[in-house]
Amino acid sequence: MLEAIKQPWPWYVAGALIGLTVPYLLLVGNKSFGISSSLRHMCAACLPANIKFFQYDWKKEVWNLFFVGGIALGALLAAQFLSDPNPVVLSEPTAAYLAEKGITDTTSLMPSEIFSWDQLFTLRGLIFFVIGGFMVGFGTRYAGGCTSGHAIMGLSSLQWPSLIATCCFMVGGIAMTWLILPFLLTL
Amino acid sequence: MEQAFQHTPTPQELADLKARELDAICVNESELVHPWWHNLKYAAWGILFGIVFVKAEIVSWFRIQEMFRFESFHMYGVIGTAVVVGLISVLLIKRTKAKTIYGEEIHIPNKEFNKGQIYGGLLFGLGWAITGACPGPLFAQMGAGFGVISITFLSAVAGTWVYGLLRDKLPH
Repeated sequence: MLEAIKQPWPWYVAGALIGLTVPYLLLVGNKSFGISSSLRHMCAACLPANIKFFQYDWKKEVWNLFFVGGIALGALLAAQFLSDPNPVVLSEPTAAYLAEKGITDTTSLMPSEIFSWDQLFTLRGLIFFVIGGFMVGFGTRYAGGCTSGHAIMGLSSLQWPSLIATCCFMVGGIAMTWLILPFLLTL
Repeated sequence: MEQAFQHTPTPQELADLKARELDAICVNESELVHPWWHNLKYAAWGILFGIVFVKAEIVSWFRIQEMFRFESFHMYGVIGTAVVVGLISVLLIKRTKAKTIYGEEIHIPNKEFNKGQIYGGLLFGLGWAITGACPGPLFAQMGAGFGVISITFLSAVAGTWVYGLLRDKLPH
């Protein structure tokens, strides 16, 4: 049993559990699923700086911070006790493409060639951590939600603005992956 | 549950709700007031969520690359199944007029269109492909022991803050 759990979980198990988050949150507390708002609540809690956008009682949204805290804790438990000793199995064309760009370490979920501390003060680190992270935070708030708030909660409740947002997420991601990332990976 | 009590919102609280609802999809005002530990039910689901994120490799930069390169079905399967399950759940909740465990009526706020969903959506997509993470996986990557992601996370908080600062000047 434990051996089976340690294997990578199939998409339908993960998808079903993630989908069930929508009714769970609605039923236990009338909450709409969304994660990127937690970043806003952190701004409102720590550095509202008289900005109107952060002038609200963040304590009323504290459930969201409990939720993301749980995500970090769950990930810690999974990495400590349920981790799969085998390398990540990549599709062959992706593996070949990344190898061509010098990324071959699939022993963990993130390639150590990019996501390690010794990359922090390099051009690569600046782009992959600082600029990339900034675009995620700025973009999700500008769009009014992320993959959870728009793609899952928004589409589940048939909101067409969420469909537009989801399409834009995909267009942005595809453009980056095909047009810009091939160059960034060689830096 | 037994400690919850009804509470009518004051004008000031309503103004506060308006501020929170700005550009957010996930605001619901409850008229019930609960002690803090009621939030543990969100933490509990978050823990399950974090385990799923790691075990299905959704937090992996590699899986995001595969998705945007159209070289694996995995992520499309995850998101597609989640949407279908969510859709059916929302339909059932509406159809049966289900109430929350505290007996409140379930309310799903409507999302209004603005151009931010296009500009912001594109910008987030660009960042998603670089970092291999949307906001949820950022928390999971840090929890799973990738310490350097804390820099990505702080940058994302900074991005949110700068958006708040510039909000009035941006096209919406």
